[in-house]
Amino acid sequence: MDKNLYRRRILMNRIGITLSMLAMCLGLFVMLWILAVLFNNGFQALDFNMFFKSTPAPGTEGGGLANAIVGSLLMVGFATLVSTPIGILAGIYLAEYGDTSKTAEITRFMTDIMLSAPSIVLGLFVYAILVAQVKHFSGWAGTIALSLIAIPVVLRTTENMLRLVPGSLREAAFALGAPRWKVATMVTLRAAKSGVVTGLLLALARISGETAPLLFTALNNQFFSMNMNEPMSNLPVVIFQFALSPYDNWIRLAWGGALLITLAVLVLNILARVYFREKVSS
Amino acid sequence: MNTSPADSGILDQRHLDVADGQRRAFMNSSSTDSGMRDQRRLDVVRKQRIQDFIFHKLTLSFSLIVLISLIGILVSLALVAWPAFQKFGVEFIWRVEWDIINEEFGAAISIFGTLASATIAVLIALPLSFGIALFLTETCPVWLRRPLGTAIELLAAVPSIIYGMFGLFIFAPLFAEYGQPALQSTLGQMPLIGPLFGGAMNGIGILAAGMILAFMILPFIAAVMRDVFEIVPPILRESAYGVGCTTWEVVRHIVLPYTQQGVIGGVMLGLGRALGETMAVTFVIGNSQRLSASLFSPGSSIASTLANEFGEAADFHLSTLFALGLLLFVITFVVLAGAKILIIRTERAKGLKT
Amino acid sequence: MTETQQQAPKTAIQIRNLNFYYGKFQGLKNINLEIVEHKVTAFIGPSGCGKSTLLRTLNRMYSLYPGQKADGEINFYGQNILDSKQDLNLLRARIGMVFQKPTPFPMSIYDNIAFGVRLYESLPKGEMDERVEWALTKTALWNEVKDKLNQSGLALSGGQQQRLCIARSVAVKPAVILLDEPTSALDPISTAKVEELVHELKSEYTVAIVTHNMQQAARVSDFTAYMYLGEMMEYGKTDQIIIKPKKKETEDYITGRFG
Repeated sequence: MDKNLYRRRILMNRIGITLSMLAMCLGLFVMLWILAVLFNNGFQALDFNMFFKSTPAPGTEGGGLANAIVGSLLMVGFATLVSTPIGILAGIYLAEYGDTSKTAEITRFMTDIMLSAPSIVLGLFVYAILVAQVKHFSGWAGTIALSLIAIPVVLRTTENMLRLVPGSLREAAFALGAPRWKVATMVTLRAAKSGVVTGLLLALARISGETAPLLFTALNNQFFSMNMNEPMSNLPVVIFQFALSPYDNWIRLAWGGALLITLAVLVLNILARVYFREKVSS
Repeated sequence: MNTSPADSGILDQRHLDVADGQRRAFMNSSSTDSGMRDQRRLDVVRKQRIQDFIFHKLTLSFSLIVLISLIGILVSLALVAWPAFQKFGVEFIWRVEWDIINEEFGAAISIFGTLASATIAVLIALPLSFGIALFLTETCPVWLRRPLGTAIELLAAVPSIIYGMFGLFIFAPLFAEYGQPALQSTLGQMPLIGPLFGGAMNGIGILAAGMILAFMILPFIAAVMRDVFEIVPPILRESAYGVGCTTWEVVRHIVLPYTQQGVIGGVMLGLGRALGETMAVTFVIGNSQRLSASLFSPGSSIASTLANEFGEAADFHLSTLFALGLLLFVITFVVLAGAKILIIRTERAKGLKT
Repeated sequence: MTETQQQAPKTAIQIRNLNFYYGKFQGLKNINLEIVEHKVTAFIGPSGCGKSTLLRTLNRMYSLYPGQKADGEINFYGQNILDSKQDLNLLRARIGMVFQKPTPFPMSIYDNIAFGVRLYESLPKGEMDERVEWALTKTALWNEVKDKLNQSGLALSGGQQQRLCIARSVAVKPAVILLDEPTSALDPISTAKVEELVHELKSEYTVAIVTHNMQQAARVSDFTAYMYLGEMMEYGKTDQIIIKPKKKETEDYITGRFG
């Protein structure tokens, strides 16, 4: 009787552990599978023209993704420029003044919701307040949509990293008679620098792959353009449109573009991790 | 440079009085030099007060941007969506029609597709991510923990459009050829749930969308679960092992009850992502505005309807799309807020117990 | 310890009826004390007795945290610093503080020293260099770091970091320096250096030091205050407190410590 009970317990344990290992294997398998498919199709599609020619007309051969790559770089770049100062300063507010004020508490809560809010809704928002008003899609509209996605990421990592700075360091700066803004910008922010940079890189990675919000804001542009006031081509939307098209050439380019953004996103992620680990351990 | 520090301290204090509007008689400084230095210090203090004030308000206003944009989203979406709600009223939510030509719209099909695909995703992802979190915290050899954890986190970083392409080009054909026939010959033969697995088998549809979504949200849920599992105080865990519990029993009777709310929070976080996901769904859900009993048949989610129809929409059609967007935002907001509250509660409890 | 007391000692800080609260918990109970100018005053007592709390009221450090408050009077050369109109930044520039663990800022050694000076004085480059050298010389660190002023302050050893922090405090030329268990994280050799430094400092500064180490109090201080459970049990010349304490509690603590 006792022996049976014991055996049953051991069996349960074995089953549980085995299932958990299977789950891990399945997770890894799917990841490797997706990457294998992506690399296989992507590298086949990759050629020299991809970086120097603009997207081809429907049904034609050749062409590349130059306009989309430049458009993506421009919009992601500007979005980073916009969201970095806003996110960092807002993060400083939550970390420095956030303990006492109700506003800060609400902001923190709403930021966490914005972190996972559907990005397509942000696209609708920017469409309503900007695109619908000026009556045309534009690179700036795309930049704003991407910034709205990036700000909560930067804000929350900045706040979390500032909170990790030992209280004694802040006190030491205050003990010299430093005003609050100098303590925050010259001492705490510096001490948290590596964490904040990590947050920036992760935000950058996040917005590099975003498609839905750009659909309603930057839209697409078949031609090479660096005018931020015009509709602007970008990798995610081009991938979306080309992948769902009936043309083999477009589908090929879609795989190439998919490989490019995935590589960018993974590199940014790995960079962020390596950078953070190095700085923290030293 | 060579004034005695204590002396200048006294002087500063006197000048402080002046700054505070309490001029006193002993103001006359013995040396004009140090008097000037003290005056400069007071100027600096005044300047710093102003700078501090500006800094406070500046950072405050930036942090309010998040709040304002959240309210802005609600207001702007509601404004544009107004004509649609005006015409159909609350009924819009459960109307089944989606007729662009005759301008008869209802959200039921999209809402059904959204909820169904997200529910399927969570049902699949939940046990898998629980297994992964269990493996990473309990049984995984220490040297493997970091690389495996990182791999799972990288899975979360892959842009959703990649999942969509993978689903459409690789997963759907395989699913049509092997997955769906297998499901139809087993689950499809059962009473009650049988019809869910009937109909044509072309790979894409609500079930396929749910499965792709499952792998997309899996890393999010697994990461949250791993994090909350790790907050279980080692002493609790050790004492359970101490009375002879197996790993499975420790997880089942100690770790899970302890982290219950956090786990639910993590699941709801994943649910929130699945509800709002656009690209992974649009590629594989089939984009049909028809209601069908079968999960094999193509459908639509709110996000996929938006992505597909927005380009050609105008006027009233556009307004209904905004109404859909508003509904999506409200649904995800409720789910995410609930998730957040549960996670905060777990963390608070942890703070008290350890 | 040589005592040259030709004139009546001047009081730098006079504490009257000071009470301190962490929320509802009363951390200090009716403290009365005078800190004498250009002398070293030590606060001793078992942990949790309020000695660090007392130190942190002297530069209003507690004001950083909501829920902590003090009442009573702390007169700093006749000015009540608990007054709500007190400018805290200026006060802290006049009353410097050094912490338990070294807290070098994440910047170069030079900038660590110059940071505090730049807050209130805009010195030309040459004078700033002089000031940095002066502060580092004062803390006997100059010879060790003069060739690496541009390196990060974090690259120094623990003992050097702590002396850097003292130099940073000294560089702003405060009237009083508060030391909160400055050697508890240091090895014996670094501790000896810091103690020596405290001796040096008192010729120009008034020093208040919190220590859990009775022998340290005996070595460095002129006056000692023994605290217990938030109350000031006994206060007087260090020699007297150590040789013949008036109260039994003090004696128990001291003999326990000297064993």
